[in-house]
Amino acid sequence: MWSYIFRRVLWAIPTILAVITVCYVMLHLTPGGPFDSERQVSPAVLANLQAKYHLDLPLWKQYLYYLKDLLHGDLGASFRYADWSVNALVAQALPVSLSIGGTSMVLALVIGVALGIAAALRQNSTVDYVVMFLGNIGNTLPSFVLGPILVLIFAIWLKHPDGSGYLPAGGWDGSVRYMILPIALLTIINVATIGRIMRAGLIETMSSNFIRTARAKGLPLRTIVLRHAIRPALVPVASVLGPLAISSITAAVVTETVFALPGLGKLIVNAATNRDYTLVLGLVVLVTIIAMLFSLLIDLIYAVLDPRIRY
Amino acid sequence: MSLLQVKNLGVRFTTPDGVISAVNGVNFELERGKTIGIVGESGSGKSQTVLALMGLLAKNGQATGEALFEGKNLLEMTPKQLNGIRGDRISMIFQDPMTSLNPYLTVERQMTEVLELHKGMSRKQARTRAIELLEAVKIPEAARRVNMYPHEFSGGMRQRVMIAMALLCEPEILVADEPTTALDVTVQAQIISLLKDLQRDFGTSIIMITHDLGVVAGICDKVMVMYGGRTMEYGSADDIFYRPTHPYTIGLLNALPRLDHEGAELVSIPGNPPNMAHMPAGCPFSERCSLADARCITEMPPLIAAADQPQVLRACHKTGADVIALKHKEPAHV
Repeated sequence: MWSYIFRRVLWAIPTILAVITVCYVMLHLTPGGPFDSERQVSPAVLANLQAKYHLDLPLWKQYLYYLKDLLHGDLGASFRYADWSVNALVAQALPVSLSIGGTSMVLALVIGVALGIAAALRQNSTVDYVVMFLGNIGNTLPSFVLGPILVLIFAIWLKHPDGSGYLPAGGWDGSVRYMILPIALLTIINVATIGRIMRAGLIETMSSNFIRTARAKGLPLRTIVLRHAIRPALVPVASVLGPLAISSITAAVVTETVFALPGLGKLIVNAATNRDYTLVLGLVVLVTIIAMLFSLLIDLIYAVLDPRIRY
Repeated sequence: MSLLQVKNLGVRFTTPDGVISAVNGVNFELERGKTIGIVGESGSGKSQTVLALMGLLAKNGQATGEALFEGKNLLEMTPKQLNGIRGDRISMIFQDPMTSLNPYLTVERQMTEVLELHKGMSRKQARTRAIELLEAVKIPEAARRVNMYPHEFSGGMRQRVMIAMALLCEPEILVADEPTTALDVTVQAQIISLLKDLQRDFGTSIIMITHDLGVVAGICDKVMVMYGGRTMEYGSADDIFYRPTHPYTIGLLNALPRLDHEGAELVSIPGNPPNMAHMPAGCPFSERCSLADARCITEMPPLIAAADQPQVLRACHKTGADVIALKHKEPAHV
């Protein structure tokens, strides 16, 4: 297994390189540059700026410069935020995204699996209908609708004794109070997917032949579910866990906008519209690494769940 | 008193297309240490009959009648009472060993859980017993293989594991639902002789579901032939196999491939089993029976003792002598 992990990590290197190259070319093919603005900049200043960021060099030289810096762990200087390095910007946004996206994933996994089991075991009962209804709401209502609804209820209608909103919906200061609503929003969305898949997976597992064998052995339902059915039912859940976690951590743009969070999603969107080449590239590298880590993690989880999968 | 008495067993399924009767008025008895074969084509209701006894019908299924195990009705037990019997005193082997074992658990876990549950053994004691049983079903290197997962066994070996698992608590009744259907022909014979040996050693009664009449002849004391959810003929294996008088049984026996006659064609019964949702008013076999007349189509024949073979129960308007006489006039290959 360790050799498998080692090989996967080695394979990550050409993958990252390919992603950087494609992204680099695409960025430079896009019209506009980081210093285009409505305010006219004198040609001398522009030339200075371009020289400072190597923009006057041929593209392939810029590319090699970038790779050289990257190898030293330096993602370069931001074109747009003067005096900020990309490393510093990432160091600021990553913890916010990790704590909010990560917490919501853990919560969504626990709640979603529990609800999915409850719904599957009482198929077509009230519990099932309630869970499925909430699941459909979470899946169909976009977060730009669900988010403001949460703000309306918990930050505007419900009041604290001191007259302010019960929970803050902006003005991020890194404290737990500010995390509750965004975590809730992401959790609702993820629970909807996880719960639905867990329900379907368990219903399918419970109708399989080996569950009939377990029933023929006289095992009580509790043992059948916990020992025989949960693991097979979790396999399809594991396969959505990766994409869900990646999008919750790196692409929660709407959530970050609704709750004014300084996270990765918003940073990446702003960087792209600003043609902040180094920032976009740096974030793409980061997202690629996170995505590959999660997909490796999920593949290892498969092996833990299913004894037929061995690396 | 018989170990198991099944009286007027019926199985109904409520489906969106209406209520379907899969099994109607089935009666049979099983003595200690004996084997009964339930024979029939796919869809004849033979599997549903035993699944009803085991309380394993699908959710939309409902069993009626009585199935008295030592005088207590299995069909009216609470899930808890039934769980006390299933796997302990009545156990079951299924048709498809590839999917009937849990691929996520080791053979050891799947075997020891039965003993922990019913015999209150520790995991260690249960493990020792599991290895004994794997050896009894002739699995080589049982002590090592007990830790493996089902996918590491071949089909025949998996069925041996299923059998060992079913015998862990030395059940009084072993229900075998087509235990050899999914296996190679050479392995089939091994499994059947294994079941025979185990029956001798453990004194188990067996209910053998099969459509393979060779299996019936080899192992069964009594045979019940089912068609369209009803009993067509019920008697000793010798009577049914060597002196068949029911047109359907004769059709089944003729359909056995013969290797001893050179150039013999494969014979089949013309037509298909009836649709359970639209059963004929009369004999369910009337649509395919070459001897059927107007009465067969409108009136269900009762299951009664045959005039010339009182030990055999048969459901047919024609007498055994009539059937044999008429069958002889037919061309050799239908």
